[in-house]
Amino acid sequence: MARDLTFHIFRYHPEDPQSYPHLETFHLEETVGMTLFIVLTRIREEQDPTLQFDFCCRAGMCGSCAILINGRPDLACHTKTMDLPEEITLLPLPVFNLVGDLSVDKGSWFRKMNERVESWIHRDGSFDPAALEERMDNRTAVEIYELERCIECGCCVAACGTANMRPDFLGAVALNRIARFMVDPRDQRKEQDYFEIVGTDEGIFGCMGLLGCEDICPKNLPLQDQLGLMRRKMGWSAIKGLFARK
Amino acid sequence: METYYTDLLCIGAGLAGERVAVEAALHGFKSLCLSIVPPRQSHSSAAQGGMQAALGNCAMADGDCPDIHFVDTVKGSDWGCDQEVARLYAEQAPIAVREMAFWGVPWNRVVGGKSTYYKGGKVFEKVEPKENEGLITGREFGGISKWRGCHTSDGTGHTLLYAMDNVCVQMDVPVHDRVEAIALIHNGITCMGVVARCLKNGRLRVYLAKATVIATGGYGRLYRETTNAVINEGNGAIIALNTGVVPLGNMEAVQFHPTGIVPPNILVTEGCRGEGGTLKDVNGDRFMPVYEPLKQELASRDVVSRWMTHHIRQGLGVKSPYGDHLWLDIRHLGRAHINSHLREVEEICKKFLGLDPAEEMIPVRPAQHYSMGGIRVNKFGEVYGLKGLFAAGEAACWDLHGFNRLAGNSLGETIVTGRIVGKRVVEFLEGYEVRFDTQVIQDAYNKEEGHIKTIIQRQNGPEKVFALRKILQDELMDRVSIFRNGPDLQKAVGKLQELYDRSDRIGLHSQDQGVNPELTLAIRFKGMVRLALCVAHGALMRTESRGCHAREDFPERNDRDWLKRTLAFWKEGDTLPGLSYEPNSRVWELPPGDRGYGAAKIICSEDPVVCGLEPGEPTAAFNE
Ligand SMILES: Cc1cc2nc3c(=O)[nH]c(=O)nc-3n(C[C@H](O)[C@H](O)[C@H](O)COP(=O)(O)OP(=O)(O)OC[C@H]3O[C@@H](n4cnc5c(N)ncnc54)[C@H](O)[C@@H]3O)c2cc1C
Ligand code: SF4
Ligand code: SF4
Ligand code: FES
Repeated sequence: MARDLTFHIFRYHPEDPQSYPHLETFHLEETVGMTLFIVLTRIREEQDPTLQFDFCCRAGMCGSCAILINGRPDLACHTKTMDLPEEITLLPLPVFNLVGDLSVDKGSWFRKMNERVESWIHRDGSFDPAALEERMDNRTAVEIYELERCIECGCCVAACGTANMRPDFLGAVALNRIARFMVDPRDQRKEQDYFEIVGTDEGIFGCMGLLGCEDICPKNLPLQDQLGLMRRKMGWSAIKGLFARK
Repeated sequence: METYYTDLLCIGAGLAGERVAVEAALHGFKSLCLSIVPPRQSHSSAAQGGMQAALGNCAMADGDCPDIHFVDTVKGSDWGCDQEVARLYAEQAPIAVREMAFWGVPWNRVVGGKSTYYKGGKVFEKVEPKENEGLITGREFGGISKWRGCHTSDGTGHTLLYAMDNVCVQMDVPVHDRVEAIALIHNGITCMGVVARCLKNGRLRVYLAKATVIATGGYGRLYRETTNAVINEGNGAIIALNTGVVPLGNMEAVQFHPTGIVPPNILVTEGCRGEGGTLKDVNGDRFMPVYEPLKQELASRDVVSRWMTHHIRQGLGVKSPYGDHLWLDIRHLGRAHINSHLREVEEICKKFLGLDPAEEMIPVRPAQHYSMGGIRVNKFGEVYGLKGLFAAGEAACWDLHGFNRLAGNSLGETIVTGRIVGKRVVEFLEGYEVRFDTQVIQDAYNKEEGHIKTIIQRQNGPEKVFALRKILQDELMDRVSIFRNGPDLQKAVGKLQELYDRSDRIGLHSQDQGVNPELTLAIRFKGMVRLALCVAHGALMRTESRGCHAREDFPERNDRDWLKRTLAFWKEGDTLPGLSYEPNSRVWELPPGDRGYGAAKIICSEDPVVCGLEPGEPTAAFNE
């Protein structure tokens, strides 16, 4: 027997003065291989055409579709109903500004984050089209890619106690981004430069090291390792800095 | 009227749009990008396989050079491409790849010494040259004669787009995301920008620019079964076509990719076959060696997709509740290899199919994948018909791909055209002043506002837009697909024209006037039907088979009559696109011939057009 699924979905359109935040209930019969992408698309097309939510690649690769699924942040497109109970509550990610219903404004948040961590290769000189590429050890290339697999879905930010309390907290995603540039030999920034960006309460020292940003990350990025590593490095760098000043 | 001014407006913030924006910014101009989604979520991020560039660094690419890349591309296109463009592209691709390395892409590198690789299920050994260690390496793809697919594991598009967007952040190029361009502002001669709709609050805005670039990606979502993102509904092509003066090129050229997984049509990369994966049927037998003894699984996409469909029609597919499919087998590559080189594939299989590709075979069948057609531009990316308007990337018909795009040539195209168009835009902007005609701007704004009001006022009109979209997608999927024939195409055109009529009776079934997704679709739907008609009508008229366009009733490639590109215009009040034709290429470096795979009869041109450039004319005008 196919299950009758019940979805409690957050509804609120901030632009509409008549709208107020509430949960609305929808029903669907479960089908084989059903994902939340199929669910939400069907609800919109068959039951309520005003329902707002985001999908882009619908293949677990772009990060658009992260929402709270029974309280846990995850990508809606790769979540199968089979793995969920009959009653499912869907909420938008916290921390980010609400656009409407399940849709939040991650573009502005991530742009600001990228500006703050200066998420680009810092180097002198300009590109020489006549020259061969700089060589790089393949192991280094793979190591960089390992950290660059983040899809800016925002799950780790939504799951983070600190980020939920203080809007200026950079979050695990930003610290992971810094780590990515630290292992890249093309980036000429010094430890001290990175320290200036993340060696604060908004950065590494605001992290309580408690919650599972790493457990939540749909790309299984080693966020805790990076946090630990960064904390140790930054700690050393701070101490070295103190001694140097004396 | 909320109005923004900029020197360069890029509609789209995928690889192509951002690359153009960066070029202008590097030259001190103000660039601004619009995007429906945050820039890094653009569809470019989903490309896994790689991008082609003849670096010749790895063992299996020994001796590679732009000449060979050029030949592969022209053959791949089934002589449907613009050879001048293919030449420009092949020459510049290595520079573009290196530039992306400069900006931070962690390309996989050559590791010196012995290693093994798979081909057709068998293991072979190769020795990578020690002296090339650390240079950018390549992988194999369908239809190419040297390994030149530069890649970062199987996250190539992701790393390219992140690097590109990083440069945009660095250069202070703003991206207004959740903003959809819905009409071009123009006076029939010059383009001045766009009317756009904010998808955060539903309000209209105006963007005025000296130069405008359309880089909105493809129109895959016209098809029911597609590997494309849900936002790829052909927006950019629609607003260009709606001007009445801009033609679309070769809209009938629609590529199907052999390995969409069943049922969700998510792509698993061609890298799977490139790395040695094989295709099998219901009996567990390989069939590609039977049809294509030479290239086997690595013939070009159009060829493999057709043989797969043929094989399924022979009753050798695997039955499933979602229709018949075939198997892709990568088990023999081993877990370690899959874990490192094909990790996204592994993740997709586990998450979406609940299977482990190191243990089980992957259910696949061809799905719509790439739009070779698009806004017709010349070799500098200038759009036909309007001054100050450019197009780049998948949205454009620069015509590098002709009637079939080779794997890895699209990521390549986005960055290479991005550079070329960017340079042209810079030349254009230097010393250019435009007069923004306030009347023209106001008229464009009023027209869009009026259009939206009309839709809203048709509250509870008889037609539902989501249902109509379904009909459109079914029609293209069922009748304008991998194999085509006259009667079906005729039926499709009729059905689409009916749909065009019905689209005037769409009523909203919701009150919400803000971001309302039903309204958002209703605004662009009529344009989608127009695009679909360009595809279907163009396909009906092209009475030959070339590349992905396979007419069962005209199986020959007919160079005598069809060595030409379709141009489709839409004049206000028409119910069918007007078609005209232009030669594929001004220059024929490589005379039309056999591709060496996908055996097909060819009706030769009586007067084989083989010509070179004028004496003294530079081949690749943009080489540094
Ligand atoms: C699953 C998949 C895998 C692929 N793998 C490969 C590969 O391995 N190698 C390869 O070479 N090619 C590959 N391709 C093809 C390649 O990825 C695309 O063709 C290419 O990335 C397109 O880039 P683009 O910049 O033209 O468009 P996109 O990246 O699609 O960007 C379009 C942009 O336009 C914006 N936009 C759209 N409409 C509007 C509007 N009306 N107003 C404002 N903004 C708008 C979007 O928000 C987006 O920012 C793959 C394609 C798919 C679908
Ligand atoms: S470990 Fe730190 S960054 Fe991660 S969720 Fe906890 S507080 Fe946030
Ligand atoms: S680190 Fe993981 S959870 Fe956080 S944004 Fe990136 S992919 Fe998402
Ligand atoms: S839609 Fe792209 S990750 Fe879910």
